[in-house]
Amino acid sequence: MPFINFSKDEIQCKIVYYGAGFCGKTTNLQYIFSQTKDDTRGKMVSIDTKGDRTLFFDFLSLNLGKIRGFDIRVQLYTVPGQVHYDATRKLVLKGVDGVVFVADSLKVQRKKNIESLINLAKNLAEKGVSIRMVPLVIQYNKRDLDGTDSEILPIEILEKDLNSMLKVPSFSASALKGNGVFETLREISKLVVKDVSRKIMLVDKQLR
Amino acid sequence: MNIVITKRDLEKINFCLNKMVSSSMAQSVLLIDRSGQLIAHHGNTAEIDLLSLSALTAANFGATAEIAKILGEKEFTLLFHKGRSENVYFSAIGEHVIMVTLFDDNTSLGVIRYQIDKIIGELSRIFFSIFERKKVQTK
Repeated sequence: MPFINFSKDEIQCKIVYYGAGFCGKTTNLQYIFSQTKDDTRGKMVSIDTKGDRTLFFDFLSLNLGKIRGFDIRVQLYTVPGQVHYDATRKLVLKGVDGVVFVADSLKVQRKKNIESLINLAKNLAEKGVSIRMVPLVIQYNKRDLDGTDSEILPIEILEKDLNSMLKVPSFSASALKGNGVFETLREISKLVVKDVSRKIMLVDKQLR
Repeated sequence: MNIVITKRDLEKINFCLNKMVSSSMAQSVLLIDRSGQLIAHHGNTAEIDLLSLSALTAANFGATAEIAKILGEKEFTLLFHKGRSENVYFSAIGEHVIMVTLFDDNTSLGVIRYQIDKIIGELSRIFFSIFERKKVQTK
């Protein structure tokens, strides 16, 4: 649900990083936080356990500049990936404007990626949002493990598993090293702003 | 669903928040929607990270709503956190909005509660008209 404030010419949007446990959602936000200047972002808030696992969510607010005279502010959230935290994921998805689905490239995580994507579709549907309608980008994370002892899946397999039906933009990434992190953010922001602009034009017509 | 708050709506909201701060001696008052977006604020907020506070407030309310469900309640409509000198009072305004009142030892919980009860009716009417207008537009 974008919050459009005509009085301050400001639009606030909510983007949620979704995915299975340990896929790198928090690492994405940490990289974005480390690479952006203080004047374009707020503090990063994390509610996690001592074992570095997200308990509730991480939160980071970013200013994307002006579009059509409106200041665009995006609020990035992550969800806890572990299966039994579904109630928390539903809470964080409330009012979502765009989703980045972070897939773990590790071969052993193949089933968990698919389960998490199905869980996303189900939780969105419960809020009356179709996964085919919401701005969505898929990120194939941990590509830096290619060539190491950890076996990772080729992009073609990941695409077939997760994106053969959705056909949304997808990016290879290493959230730890930063590759693909801003490409993913740029694409989801573009899709969300486009979606919000369409809504603004609709509201503008109705208000006239 | 989008919330569109016009300049006129915001003037009415700010009038209420101003009244709340001056009548209760609260430090500041914030209005937040349930997805964590900051709608309006009034009072001394210069030192506060308002965006993080908004996100955490929505999460806090969401989490306690789940606790309420486990206990067979629909939800808890108010929450109160007491610190050594700073206190926070959260109150639900209808289904979509939360009011956060920050106050210190210069005032008392009784005064804060009394003024909140008075102001919530006015704010509920303003937001009711905002959400009703939205329903008409989407029909």
